[in-house]
Amino acid sequence: MASTETVRPMRWYDRLGHPGAFLSWSGRLIWPLAGVTVLLFVWGLWLALYGSPEDYQMGATVRIMYIHVPNAWLSQFVYGIMTVAAIGTLVWRHPMADVTMKAAAPLGAVFTLMALFTGSLWGRPTWGTFWEWDGRLTSTLILFFIYLGLIALWAAFDDKLRAARLVAVLTLVGAINIPIIKFSVDWWNTLHQPASVFVAGGPKMPMNILMPLFVMLFAFTFLFLLLQILAMRSEIVTRRIDALQRKMAMEPRA
Amino acid sequence: MPALGPHAAFIIAAYVGVALVTFVLIAAVVLNGRAKRRRLRELEKLRRPEARQ
Repeated sequence: MASTETVRPMRWYDRLGHPGAFLSWSGRLIWPLAGVTVLLFVWGLWLALYGSPEDYQMGATVRIMYIHVPNAWLSQFVYGIMTVAAIGTLVWRHPMADVTMKAAAPLGAVFTLMALFTGSLWGRPTWGTFWEWDGRLTSTLILFFIYLGLIALWAAFDDKLRAARLVAVLTLVGAINIPIIKFSVDWWNTLHQPASVFVAGGPKMPMNILMPLFVMLFAFTFLFLLLQILAMRSEIVTRRIDALQRKMAMEPRA
Repeated sequence: MPALGPHAAFIIAAYVGVALVTFVLIAAVVLNGRAKRRRLRELEKLRRPEARQ
């Protein structure tokens, strides 16, 4: 009896998300992305250190903002990407969703650490203290611990599929912290300033401060995209190594 | 060198710290990728029929 089953042809997004195809098309992106990232950093650092004025209240310490805000933005953006990937793992069980989560977690942890570090160094001359247990700082510290917890969980399991599902569930649970970070400055008393860039009615900063901030935001975001692609490629290769080692272990020895 | 005012130490520490961590992060990602690709090549070489004879 002839089979009535038909094989669905691969659509463009299937091809894009296939691990082998990803290795192929992402390889062509690395050098152009690296070039754009370097140019953005050169331009952004020049603007941040030489091409922008001092703030009338904070003085030269405003220059810390150009590295603090991009890292703070990325600490939450990376978690947003992990949250979408977690849905991909739980709903579609797509292998690239697991790969995306696993590659992004250490990057998110480092960007969060740099946001805390630069924020602390900015806080001392501005507020008079390196640290304050207020809503924004505490919820960002919790985000850092969430990243560390997810990294540890990945490492604790030999069964990567089981690990991926558990990490995906915990990533979704941890996502509740992102709106808390965002709105903490509105909900609670805090030393941290309220949102001043992405607000209704437009940014509250002059153009000569806003411009270096945006260039540095793009520079760090492009750096993240570049590192994410490289880390995802490594993770795909790691899974190939694991599969090959399993095959070799089952093959009869000569 | 731009004029950094009385809080220059904080500004320099922030930029140097971020530069160092970013450099270590880039190096870790790149070197890890290279090591993984090298390991895969070695395993694939081992599995080739002529290598097994």
